[in-house]
Amino acid sequence: MRNAWIICRKELGSYFVSPVAYLLLTMFGLIFGFFFWNALAYFVVEGMEMQMRGQTLPMNLNEDIIRPLLSNVGVVGLFFIPMITMRLFAEEKRTGTIELLATSPIRDLEIIVGKWLAAMVLYGCLLLFTALNFAFLFKYGNPDWKPLAVGYLGLLLQAGALLAIGTFISTLTKNQIIAGAATFGVCLLLWVLGWVSGYERATWARVLSYMSVITHFESFDRGVIDSKDAVFYITVIFVGLFFTARSLESLRWRS
Amino acid sequence: MITVKELTKRYARTTAVDQISFEVAKGQIVGFLGPNGAGKTTTMRMLTCFLPPSAGTAKVAGFDVLDQPLEVKKRIGYLPETPPIYPEMETAEYLKFVGKLKGLKGQELQKRIDYVCDRCAVADVKKKLLGKLSKGYRQRVGLAQAIIHNPEVLILDEPTAGLDPKQINETRDLIKGLSGSHTIILSTHILPEVEQTCEQVIIINNGKLVATDSVRNLQARARGAESVLVEIAVRDGSLDLPIVQHKLEQVSGVSRVLCKQQVDSRAQFEVESEKGRLVRGDLARTVVQCGWDLNELRPAAMSLEEIFLKLTKNESVETEKTTTEESQP
Repeated sequence: MRNAWIICRKELGSYFVSPVAYLLLTMFGLIFGFFFWNALAYFVVEGMEMQMRGQTLPMNLNEDIIRPLLSNVGVVGLFFIPMITMRLFAEEKRTGTIELLATSPIRDLEIIVGKWLAAMVLYGCLLLFTALNFAFLFKYGNPDWKPLAVGYLGLLLQAGALLAIGTFISTLTKNQIIAGAATFGVCLLLWVLGWVSGYERATWARVLSYMSVITHFESFDRGVIDSKDAVFYITVIFVGLFFTARSLESLRWRS
Repeated sequence: MITVKELTKRYARTTAVDQISFEVAKGQIVGFLGPNGAGKTTTMRMLTCFLPPSAGTAKVAGFDVLDQPLEVKKRIGYLPETPPIYPEMETAEYLKFVGKLKGLKGQELQKRIDYVCDRCAVADVKKKLLGKLSKGYRQRVGLAQAIIHNPEVLILDEPTAGLDPKQINETRDLIKGLSGSHTIILSTHILPEVEQTCEQVIIINNGKLVATDSVRNLQARARGAESVLVEIAVRDGSLDLPIVQHKLEQVSGVSRVLCKQQVDSRAQFEVESEKGRLVRGDLARTVVQCGWDLNELRPAAMSLEEIFLKLTKNESVETEKTTTEESQP
């Protein structure tokens, strides 16, 4: 796996040498910062009102701030994931550098895992921004860290699945825009699929809603590691990377 | 070092490479010659394991490209038509990345980077972004990348394309210098390049092998017999063509004399001799003895250009012939 690490380092290099990484980090930081500020302000106002009314219902940082925010991170992530993955293979195909990788003594799988890992690291950097905000809660309040950690694990798994899908789509075209748009479409579809469960209980609806990447996040969001949901994400990661490998192979046969 | 047997690459509708067979010995420089679209790049891509062949086998250093691609790739340095560079990387950084990919590490890697930078004359742009380099530098960085792991076999796809004449010469010298320790296949459609750098030529056209031979043999083969160009002038102004021709034909070893052109008192002849006989001395003596001036006397070697055209055109000429014959009642 040394080779995968070499590829990963190179990908991270191109993310952070070009403005891509900084742009994504800035945008994500701004958007999430606004969410955080909103949630916190609401929490504070609510708390004051309660005190004035003399109610002493226990307020919970985990339930009222961290949980909704984490699920927001997942949704915002949907929009950022295409921007992370779209260049992974499309760019190599366009500039012809794929020939260098394909004629080097490394396996296709190492190339794929390396690139996916780099995408994961960049997404991890985005998550670090959210951690900065949450750090304030720990400084001034006393939330439970365990549900937060589980939430982060869920976010990483969810992103891993979507990034694997994005990596696959990136092998299909030479054009970054097409790769990005297609990935965005698929991500969005996988998000809204869960909505059918709201009005329909038939088997097809349950299957559709099972395929949604968001429904599987709910357990993590509650701070529970449900093996069923973890297995779903891990399966999608494997399937996505498997398809990437097949696509890369077929690229050579078609060329 | 490289053994190719009936290698074929078919696409949906076309056959890009059609049953090509050839062998390249260790340490040789081989020119891969053909017009654009002849299948040079496809063949090279199959040798480098980038494309799998549809039929036939190719072996590099004893390893089959289909069965043991990793072993083949370890032993091959490849420069594609457009150098595979990442514009956002610096030269040294890029070479380091490629070196690592090829399995080099630590001190050895650093040593090789310094060596190839020096060898390919890119040391002065080590810290520059590849995207900002000129075409010539990019090409040389591409070459540096190909030799970084000191591969046994070098496959270069049009290594001098887009360079200026000075750089072309430098690149040729570089490639020549690399032979001996490396087996080199280079593709080109520039003929003088092959004449200057290569020992052996493989000519393909429309995906088919047209000829494979050493440069010298190929020239001899296309020429058939030895032939000499003679220009004779007569001072007093009257040149009797039949007499001159007759005299030349009488020189021992001469098989045929052709008058190519005559201007006033000067005439040019192409004199063919039997294979293996040197007639130039006798020719000169005869001309001088007859009292004529010998303006020029040189072997009429066909340039590769002519051979190439002759070989790649052959097929179409033949088909043309048959069609005209058929059309005549």
